[in-house]
Amino acid sequence: MVDQLTVFLENRTGHLASLTRAISDSGFNMHALYLADTADFGVARILCDKPAEVKAMLVERGFRAALTAVVAVRLADEPGSLATLLEHCDAKGLNVEYAYCFLGDGDHAIDVLKFDDGAAEETLRAGGFTLVAAEEIYLP
Amino acid sequence: MAEYFQPEIETMPRERLRELQLAAMKESMRNAYENVPLYRERFDAAGVSVDDLTSLDDLAKFPFVVKQDMRDAYPFGMFARPMSEVARIHASSGTTGQATVVGHSANDLKNWGDCFARGIAMVGGTKDSVIQVSYGYGLFTGGLGAHAGGEAMGCAVIPTSSGNTKRQVQMMKDCGTDILCCTPSYALLIADTAIEMGYDPATEFKISGGIFGAEPASENMRQEIADKLGLQYCDVYGLSEIMGPGVAMECVERGGLHIAEDQFYCEIIDPETLEVLPDGEWGELVITTLTREACPLVRYRTRDVTRIVSEPCACGRTHRKIDRLRGRTDDMLIIRGVNVFPSQIEQVITTFPEIATQYQIILTNEGPLDKVELRVETVPDFPIDEVRKLEDLKARLAAELKSNLQVNVQIKIVEPKSIERSEGKAKRIIDLRG
Repeated sequence: MVDQLTVFLENRTGHLASLTRAISDSGFNMHALYLADTADFGVARILCDKPAEVKAMLVERGFRAALTAVVAVRLADEPGSLATLLEHCDAKGLNVEYAYCFLGDGDHAIDVLKFDDGAAEETLRAGGFTLVAAEEIYLP
Repeated sequence: MAEYFQPEIETMPRERLRELQLAAMKESMRNAYENVPLYRERFDAAGVSVDDLTSLDDLAKFPFVVKQDMRDAYPFGMFARPMSEVARIHASSGTTGQATVVGHSANDLKNWGDCFARGIAMVGGTKDSVIQVSYGYGLFTGGLGAHAGGEAMGCAVIPTSSGNTKRQVQMMKDCGTDILCCTPSYALLIADTAIEMGYDPATEFKISGGIFGAEPASENMRQEIADKLGLQYCDVYGLSEIMGPGVAMECVERGGLHIAEDQFYCEIIDPETLEVLPDGEWGELVITTLTREACPLVRYRTRDVTRIVSEPCACGRTHRKIDRLRGRTDDMLIIRGVNVFPSQIEQVITTFPEIATQYQIILTNEGPLDKVELRVETVPDFPIDEVRKLEDLKARLAAELKSNLQVNVQIKIVEPKSIERSEGKAKRIIDLRG
């Protein structure tokens, strides 16, 4: 499992900027950012190098931040690979709450999935998928 | 089950009680008019006379008195009796201005004892009971008021007054105290001290009843006191201007506090329009004394917000009840014509464990319509990653507020730093209505 940093954000102009500036000013680096938004608040989901430290720093500064366990899967960067993964999840009865993707080094993509089932990672590994370890993402 | 202290009065049929109230009201208002210049001037200026009182509803024609009138009359301007007939003088603390002084005749003190003794019976007390009075004794009415109640009932009274908490616990244990009288916060301190001393007062002590008042207590706090000490909690209402503790007391049914209606006539008014409201509606409590000799009060505005509960009570007492106090009129907001108290909003918030205790209410207007926004924070361990749970929390909180306040409230979940934490009293209400 990978620790994703989740930050609750009020909808205010410039607020996302202040969050990212706070992270960079403290010397941390982000790898991925995915934003879910509603009418009056947003939730920023972030993969970064030192999630626990970043969370502590943000809480200290008055942000509402939490760590969320997500599953990261390495997929070939070619048509159909994500569909295959999701079909497998469906076949195994795994419910995906949300997902986002980013390109890794070389010719693969990394898919981040949030399940409500703690055994999801094991199920995917048994299904032959390549899981990305936390260290691979957190390394600078 | 129920033993009454004065059954003939406490269970008097309502028609008879109302006749008695009217007769007593006339006499009391005549006493006020004839002996206190302020009433004479006010009644004359308003063109009303005691002879206009043909029914209890006629009281609404008479002018109010407020705390400031009593301050202005300091020290003895509101006394209707010469000092030879005054048996005792109490005074309010005066922390918010000039102190107010209230005189009590010997009959007033006897009536006071009777009022409080009714509450002792409500928690199962009899002349066999041991009652410990841990209210402060002195100018404050708590100690001597409860003391008088214990004596009226014929209890063994232990006048510990407040302070020296370990000794309080020791007396309570060694003397087999049945009933404790003090402020709720002191009751909790006594309970915690007993537990620290290694006792479990709920099972090891004889105590079975508690009469607590003189300061507000949340439902959680009441439950904690009742559980820790193992007792029936009786809420007591009173104020030094009117008498002291015993104006209204809570029976075992816990649906409100029975007013001593043979001694006090209560009205609920809209604090803005000053109109008398029907039973059941929330507003400001106004009290007219019916038997007080030394300092009769006519339509005294208490600033306390409650409502009258007139449904018959299962305990058999016919005297109407006041509901638990909702706050002070000074705190009231008027939103789209509806009276709303911050305490109501707070009460709803406390039923949501997902919400932190910090909150802020922002009032704005869009044209003629008031808009209410409630800003709250989630508790630190709320799963903020799940947008659905956040949306669901907002919807449930809004629905609960709507059903409690009859006002639509927009919920805004904010970040912890958004609600200002002040060192003293937090600024909960921001009124931006133009």
